Amino acid sequence: MSALVAIARHEARRIFVSPLAWTVLAVIQFIMGLSYCLLLTEMVNNPGSLNQYSGVSDYIGGGLFGFSAVLLLLVIPLMTMRLFAEDKKSGSLTLLTTAPASLTEIVLGKFLGLGVFFLAVLALMAAMAFSLFGGTDLDLGRLFAGLVGQLLLMLSFGAAGLFVSTLTREPVIAAVGGFGLLLIIWLFEAMAYGGGMFSDLFRHLSLIGHFEKLRRGVFDTADVAYYLLFITLFLWLAVQRLDVERS
Amino acid sequence: MEHDILIEARGLTRRYGPNVAVQGIDLTLRRGEILGLLGPNGAGKSTTMKMLTGNLAPSSGSVKINGIDIALQPKQAKQSLGYLPELPPVHPEVTVDEYLDFAASLHGVPKATRKAAVAKAKQSCGLNEMSRRLIGNLSKGFQQRVGLAQAIVHQPPVIILDEPTVGLDPIQIREIRSLIAALAQNHSVILSSHILPEIQAVCSRVMIVHRGRVVFQDSMAAVNAQNASRLAAIFRHAPKSFAVPGIASTQSLGEGRFVFTPEAGADPREALVAASVANGWGLLELKTEGRTLEEIFVSLTSSDTTELKEAA
Repeated sequence: MSALVAIARHEARRIFVSPLAWTVLAVIQFIMGLSYCLLLTEMVNNPGSLNQYSGVSDYIGGGLFGFSAVLLLLVIPLMTMRLFAEDKKSGSLTLLTTAPASLTEIVLGKFLGLGVFFLAVLALMAAMAFSLFGGTDLDLGRLFAGLVGQLLLMLSFGAAGLFVSTLTREPVIAAVGGFGLLLIIWLFEAMAYGGGMFSDLFRHLSLIGHFEKLRRGVFDTADVAYYLLFITLFLWLAVQRLDVERS
Repeated sequence: MEHDILIEARGLTRRYGPNVAVQGIDLTLRRGEILGLLGPNGAGKSTTMKMLTGNLAPSSGSVKINGIDIALQPKQAKQSLGYLPELPPVHPEVTVDEYLDFAASLHGVPKATRKAAVAKAKQSCGLNEMSRRLIGNLSKGFQQRVGLAQAIVHQPPVIILDEPTVGLDPIQIREIRSLIAALAQNHSVILSSHILPEIQAVCSRVMIVHRGRVVFQDSMAAVNAQNASRLAAIFRHAPKSFAVPGIASTQSLGEGRFVFTPEAGADPREALVAASVANGWGLLELKTEGRTLEEIFVSLTSSDTTELKEAA
């Protein structure tokens, strides 16, 4: 257990001392800030679009979270690519595999370290939504549901990216592979629209469909369970992959 | 748990597809011993060390560290290990202090004693002035030292070093050697190298691996004792045959150079000098010469060339 905490702390430190993390945070913040301003101007110019079902929280908060999902799909593979691929390439993974820590602790430790970075992204996102507090009443429940959805989505992207990172020694391949994997799971949504006998199955498997409801403030246990299962599956696959590598 | 035998490996075999990298290696490391693992490139030294440290599962065979099977109880077994692989497993983006603090906590050094443990490891490896430098900015030699510090920071009973002096300058090599000798007072060390003088200088026992098999294993004392086994001499007027008591066989190397193999237990040096004076052979030089580690190594690991010679 102490090894898990040690790995998580060290991984978070490694992420935050790298220029990559700060660049990613800066780019996310710049783009999200831009879209926040656009949403705000649009709402002010067009107050008729608000009604009793869709208020400021939904318009700004929901809009922000919806847009950020696309952005995160693009940048999270960049954050996960180094987790294992770079350590394998440089040989520093040996430090962890020789230490008295199980593979599960290693994978979970790295994942939690990455989670600290996600909390930073989430805090920036929340700060924008909550900055409207001074001007109007906000539907906190909706915003919190959206933030929970956002965190779960990031953790799911992170788990899938982490797994792809265990498959290769080249960080760039891990990034491309992670992006491809996420996009395919994302596109299940489009396949679901095509109809056919599997359309229900695809709709349940799609990453984005479950986010849609949370974004709109509907907290459904099934959606949360989907993300938790998704995360568990990919972390488990990563552990299996590392175990295969040893034998 | 106190055990006198810290590493016990039995029948270690590792296959990569059809290739056998290591075949049936038995290895025992006792407390306070420095075992030198010697072999040409690609002999299976690193593969053996990876199996000993649990980084690679053996195809067959078992490894016990401090009496605990590494396959069955990896966590407990690994607590007694410090390992420096071929490439130092360092994180270039953090400082030496941050890295060593992490290595210590990873190995379960409690927070209260962690600072002292890190300070001691830095002291031992000569890293005191590098504490706040980023590891990525250090030279290869210093990165190697950081890797070594990582292996000893938690004071493990067993330290396994894979070619610890690669990439170091001669002065650093001497420092690392004396560090290893100092470590051996409290720890047991396995050291791999293909540099013979290195093994000769620090090890108490030597093991030569060739093509995945152990081809030689003895204590350094025994290797050194063998050194007195043959006599080399140069004569100005060499006779056709040497009728000197105690000499079992004679080999001429040309130009008056000879190598004598004495009979078991005999020392024919005095008789040889006396015979030379009496018969006017003109003895110019006489010295004991034996199978040095280098000769043993070359004769055991260059089997390709011997086979060719025998065929010719």
